Amino acid sequence: MTTIGISPNRLDAAAKVSGKARYTEDLPMAGLRHAVIVRSPIAHGLVKSIDIRPALDFPGVEAVFTYEDVPEALYPTAGHPYNLLAERRDVADRRLLTSHVRHFGDEVAVVVARDVLTAAKGARLVKAEYEEMPALLDRESALAPGAALIHEHAPGNVLRHTVSEHGGSVDELLKKADLVVEGRYKTPMVQHCHMETAVSYAYMDDEDHIVVVSSTQIPQIARRVVGQALGLPWSRIRVIKPYLGGGFGNKQDVLLEPMVAFLTWKLGGVPVQIALTREECFTSTRTRHQFDGEAKLALTRDGVFTAFDLKVWSRTGAYASHGHSIAAAAGSKSPYLYPRAALRYDAVTYYANVPSAGAMRGYGQPQVTFIMDCLVEEAAQALAMDPLELRLKNVARSGDVSPYNNQTIYAAGIYEALTRGSELIDWRRKREFYKNQTGPIRRGLGVACCSYGSNTYPAAVELAGARLILNQDGRVTLAVGATEIGQGADTAMAQLASHALDVPLESFHVVTNQDTDHTPFDTGAYASRQCYTSSSAIAAAAREFAGKILDLAALLSGVPRDAMRLKDGNIVGSDGEHVVFTLAELALQSYYHLDHGAPIVAEAAHKTRLNPPVYCCTFVEVEVDMPLCRVAVKEAWNIHDSGRIINPKLASGQVHGGMGMGLGWALYEEMLLDEKGRVLNDNLLDYKMPAIMDLPDLDCAFVEIIDPTNPYGIRALGEPPLVTPAPAVRNAVWHATGVKVDEIPITPKTLFRYLEKAGL
Amino acid sequence: MTMVDLKLHVNGKDVETAADPRESLLEVLRGRLGLMGVKEGCGVGECGACNVLVDGLPVDSCLTLAVWADGKCVRTIEGEARPGGELSPTQRAYVEAGAVQCGFCTPGLVMTTSAFLERNQHRLNEITREEIKRAHAGHLCRCTGYEMIVEAVEQALGREVKGAGECRPAPSLAEKHLTNERR
Repeated sequence: MTTIGISPNRLDAAAKVSGKARYTEDLPMAGLRHAVIVRSPIAHGLVKSIDIRPALDFPGVEAVFTYEDVPEALYPTAGHPYNLLAERRDVADRRLLTSHVRHFGDEVAVVVARDVLTAAKGARLVKAEYEEMPALLDRESALAPGAALIHEHAPGNVLRHTVSEHGGSVDELLKKADLVVEGRYKTPMVQHCHMETAVSYAYMDDEDHIVVVSSTQIPQIARRVVGQALGLPWSRIRVIKPYLGGGFGNKQDVLLEPMVAFLTWKLGGVPVQIALTREECFTSTRTRHQFDGEAKLALTRDGVFTAFDLKVWSRTGAYASHGHSIAAAAGSKSPYLYPRAALRYDAVTYYANVPSAGAMRGYGQPQVTFIMDCLVEEAAQALAMDPLELRLKNVARSGDVSPYNNQTIYAAGIYEALTRGSELIDWRRKREFYKNQTGPIRRGLGVACCSYGSNTYPAAVELAGARLILNQDGRVTLAVGATEIGQGADTAMAQLASHALDVPLESFHVVTNQDTDHTPFDTGAYASRQCYTSSSAIAAAAREFAGKILDLAALLSGVPRDAMRLKDGNIVGSDGEHVVFTLAELALQSYYHLDHGAPIVAEAAHKTRLNPPVYCCTFVEVEVDMPLCRVAVKEAWNIHDSGRIINPKLASGQVHGGMGMGLGWALYEEMLLDEKGRVLNDNLLDYKMPAIMDLPDLDCAFVEIIDPTNPYGIRALGEPPLVTPAPAVRNAVWHATGVKVDEIPITPKTLFRYLEKAGL
Repeated sequence: MTMVDLKLHVNGKDVETAADPRESLLEVLRGRLGLMGVKEGCGVGECGACNVLVDGLPVDSCLTLAVWADGKCVRTIEGEARPGGELSPTQRAYVEAGAVQCGFCTPGLVMTTSAFLERNQHRLNEITREEIKRAHAGHLCRCTGYEMIVEAVEQALGREVKGAGECRPAPSLAEKHLTNERR
């Protein structure tokens, strides 16, 4: 019996609807102290002096630390696996506290007190004087010759500049082309807005080990980075991840763990917690990289793409965090979409005095897809060709070879997805119907598509682990290193294990709290990687687990091992009917038989070297109110090729969420700075993320093209849903109004500017 | 600051506690009564994660001073299930519709849905999708795009809803705080 492709309820749903699920802040510890960070009120400068005495004198304040008290070592914060090659490691550019402040909200001191209010009061009493330096906020100022250095290791404030070219000489193809279209595009800095803010606490319960409990997507990486930041052996750090209230990449970064570990270490092991306010989350965690792009597309007169030429500037802000990996990864995930065209990708990542950018759902791919898809739409207009037809003509087909890594694309369902989506939204009829509108309310249809690579190999190791334990009552515990962060990983993993073992789903208990001392190693929740990578580890563990069960059953029953198998949770004979043992019977024997057997445990780890791409497209219908310059999305479809879908209900929910985030990115969301680099909208009132009234009904569909590289035919899904809504909206607005907007978000303010320029 | 005594009727039980008069209802529910199902997402009334029912009406408990709830009926997510732990129709609908992902906004949303259904018990057949959306406009969720939350409410509509009127006022210690000035 298979449990793949059906939609059982989430394993943790009942715990979550009844308030039983405990998140980091719901696990209060006796004696817990609270820490509040003293943040810089300027975007760039040096601390000239700092006076902590008034804070220390305030009743209830127990300790104050400044940049003078923390280890000298610089550490990286990106949630990437360790790399054996030094030159491939993340940029280490952060100290726990700093005297050179690089963004509004940077961290100069920390106050520990008995309660949060006292700590906050203490933080306000710390008096720091600053020598201000020019705030370099954008590409022009940060990259200007002679600009002040934000980090000494980055001349010209350039973190990294790379150029790659695949699939042919782009210069020659541009020269030979019948048609070249070009454009300049811009995408904004936005924030993840997970509902649970960043929170961590740490304590010591022996002389050697620091235990960090944290809302993190990457417990094993956090363990290593805390060790690096404090100069301690990594195994002396233990990281526990409880239920987690959303991450979207922000918690694929080591945010608070080194600081709480440092504080408990310095304070004799007392538990210390930092729970960021929503405002601190905006200014002082991570954001999405703002991208500027200049791009060209060369094509033949009948619409065959021959070369993309992309130049992008990615603003990483005050600290590198994921740094150039974002821009680089986006370049590596793009060539799967139009693999028969050459691609030159020139990417600059630069520092600026703005909140640091890090990982955020899509990991650069939304920005690059926006640029590429806008270009494709330009080409369709220039050729007077249906934009859908142009995409269908050029997208990848199964059997194409990616020019980027020469891997064969075994499963490419984007042609099917586009076809399906066009039927669902009634593309041809509506496109024709909405041509040449002139009224104040206009409608338009838009489409956009993208590719996305599952996993991160060879940029990083791709490793997952799974352990199966047969409990005394015959129930099976599944422990994985992959982290459940709300996406439904635990449920999907249980479905995979249930399928592999032929044991009913109800018999499984999945360990939802990762603990670096106990759960198998896995690098964490990112890159839409967990199902693809973990599934092979689960399959391998299941093989070993079933083998041990059958070995013991054969020994105890005398029935030959090969004549038995697991079926629906029982050990059955060759006829598939006769029950030799129930799993519960065999389990008891394994523990308590006086002479034979042992508790049955199987564990496997798996490394993969493949990145099978997934595909998705968005179709939207928008209504533009011309006098008010307001865009409303009336209908939205996301069609995905992510291989076989493990749990359609969970998958649909994940797609809807990504679409909502993508529409927010298209129409509403941007972090605004004043000329001094202060964040103007560091809260959920002034920063407009979509609420329920802002989104249309969201629809999705899957075309399930089976990829042979995975034992279950599955591929990635988590991030892609966010990637294509924004360019689809932009293209639909163009269709509705005849005006192309080359930046997002398309707020009334932005659209007014473009409509006015067009004389409308 | 002098502590004040509060009498609340929380999830069907009379509860007495002393609190700092500056404390929010959220702080008292979590910090003094251990009701950790009540979540804080912003602390300033923007996200709705901390929503609880006070005398049957959804309020952001982070914006409600605990003293304002003195003498009133408070229902949190911990009081939503039937006695014995059976999930309420709203909770079941959230589970079955797939309306739960990370789950951090869920307790607040479930309370709003529950109150919405109780308020509209006499006209469940007339409720439109638009009306459902409007009733939940005070909540932010980043995981779901709200699609399956709307579907959960629609599913719950097809079922019996938890009866209203099971709340009885607790005796008040500070009648002067009870004038319900916020509404």
